[in-house]
Amino acid sequence: MSQTAAPSLPATRRALLPGLFRRGRARPREAQGIKASGFKGQALPLLLLAPQLLILLLFFFIPAIRGLAQAFLLQDPFGQEVHFVGLENITALLRSAEYRESLRLSAVFAVATTALTFSVGLVLAFATDRVTRGRTAYRAVLLLPYAIAPAVAGFVWAFLFNPLVGPAAGLLHALGIAWDPNRDSGDAMLLVILTASWKHLCYDYIFLVAALAAIPRSVIEAAAVDGAGPLRRFANITFPMIAPTVFFLLVMNTVYGLFETFAIIDATTRGGPAAATSILVYKVYVDGFVNLDLGSSAAQSVLLMILAVSLTVVQFRLIERRISYDVSQ
Amino acid sequence: MIERTPLLNAACHAILVLAALLTCLPLYYAIVAGSLTTEAVQRVPLPLIPGDAFADNARAVWARIGMGRLLLNSAIVAIGIAVGKLAISLLSAFAITYFRFRFRRAVFWLIFLSLMLPVEVRIVPTFEAMTDVLMPLRLLVQLTGIDALAQAMTGWKVEISAEWSLLNSYSGLIFPLMASATATFLFRQFFLTIPDELCDAARIDGASPMRFFWTILLPMSRPNLAALGIIFFLFGWNQYLWPLLFTTEPSMTTVVVGIKQLVPHGDSIPAWNLTMNAAVLAMLPPIAVVLLLQRWFVKGLIESGK
Repeated sequence: MSQTAAPSLPATRRALLPGLFRRGRARPREAQGIKASGFKGQALPLLLLAPQLLILLLFFFIPAIRGLAQAFLLQDPFGQEVHFVGLENITALLRSAEYRESLRLSAVFAVATTALTFSVGLVLAFATDRVTRGRTAYRAVLLLPYAIAPAVAGFVWAFLFNPLVGPAAGLLHALGIAWDPNRDSGDAMLLVILTASWKHLCYDYIFLVAALAAIPRSVIEAAAVDGAGPLRRFANITFPMIAPTVFFLLVMNTVYGLFETFAIIDATTRGGPAAATSILVYKVYVDGFVNLDLGSSAAQSVLLMILAVSLTVVQFRLIERRISYDVSQ
Repeated sequence: MIERTPLLNAACHAILVLAALLTCLPLYYAIVAGSLTTEAVQRVPLPLIPGDAFADNARAVWARIGMGRLLLNSAIVAIGIAVGKLAISLLSAFAITYFRFRFRRAVFWLIFLSLMLPVEVRIVPTFEAMTDVLMPLRLLVQLTGIDALAQAMTGWKVEISAEWSLLNSYSGLIFPLMASATATFLFRQFFLTIPDELCDAARIDGASPMRFFWTILLPMSRPNLAALGIIFFLFGWNQYLWPLLFTTEPSMTTVVVGIKQLVPHGDSIPAWNLTMNAAVLAMLPPIAVVLLLQRWFVKGLIESGK
């Protein structure tokens, strides 16, 4: 079964991309994901599914289909006439310098946030795995940001780094560093990256701690007997063994950076100064709800949906080729 | 420990202490700023110890943005999302793992299509659909030609003008955020690990499917329900974009969005003490949940990622 082939790959992704993970003895198509022992009946299961399907239909599928349709339509400003314009909304978007800049900013932001959260998370998880005393206390404190709303984290960081009153900005000024995220676009980008990383670090951390704890002691002890020190063991044994978790986190961090950071941007910089932190999810909002350009905004939504789905597919294709998950061999 | 490495261990402790400090410092400063008067909060450098104006600030915040109502809204939305998601997901996961019925695969894929698109990605279409829930019905009437038929028969142009908007309602805040199959998927994974013998035994004893569900499956799922309930509660409480868009009445929004009204801009008095006071009030309930239910929270976090 696929579970044994990919022990700690997130099952969500695995089920979405079954073709990528099919290995070993495959069960017949119809028998997959169902209990060998079950109940008969046609009406009851559909009745049980009805609430879920109704909610998905009204609040997911209909909006998604309307969005798709709208991306190919052009509406005049008074909402009277609607024209079919084919791919024009999307090509116009890809041609616009503004959108390309937003694309570039999103890439910078997502890569920086991913790199920062993952590397710091890894160091902290390694340290937590080494220490014996105080492990639960460290974990409890480091997990705190998960409880805090991204927007609230954004408000707090906006205050800390406020050039007039913020204590962190005061410290920077005292060190002779000119700091003003309200005017300097580099400072603004740095601020949103730091805030987003502070908020998301705990996620990487807890997954890495769990992955490290799941490594069999015997493997580590065997390496120790062979004379490998803790750092050597980490590089040659531990890290390769947690590779599935690592790739899972890289994907999740990118998804987080690209799609789940609207609140942080809105609370710290509002996309400014002069659109310097206006990443894709922020631009969709501004164009759709502030500039009221619904056609362009819907086209942006469609591009984001395509990006969200393809990101996951492409990354897992790459992973599947390179990494062997099977630690029992 | 396998070997003694005092130096490395000391370094590990040092790193962890530093990280813990960096985690707590922003929160500590929020508390400090939230307890100062408006004059004191503008002093540079900021005082290092909390002032005594926390209660006064809280009262000011309460009056200015109606904090009590906002906290209530947040609680309703967060609990609504958590309970609703768990209930519909438990039932649908039961249906797709324990029943063989026609369309099972189709239903399965319909549900799991919804996994990859967060609400941030589809805000504009979702917003439009939510302010006009009956639009598909009108479209259906037009497409099927019922209105043209009616016109031909009666000579009158019939128009369906029913509009049903969820703007500024709890359902409008709750349902779109429930529309994702993550929990269904997690319960399905869990059900697949339950031994088949339990179901066999129940059937031999003559239990109906629903009896099996209530007396065996539900009690067995209790730890998972608790763990995921916490995660979805936090998810609901911490929402920002959707409540921001979907509430035009200040009294119908949530506490996280309400803080936005208190953020100083441009020429206004930089009353960051009120902003930080409200921020502290908004983060207390989720922090309490995480600290008090730490074990379940970690379990839920790890499982919801899988």
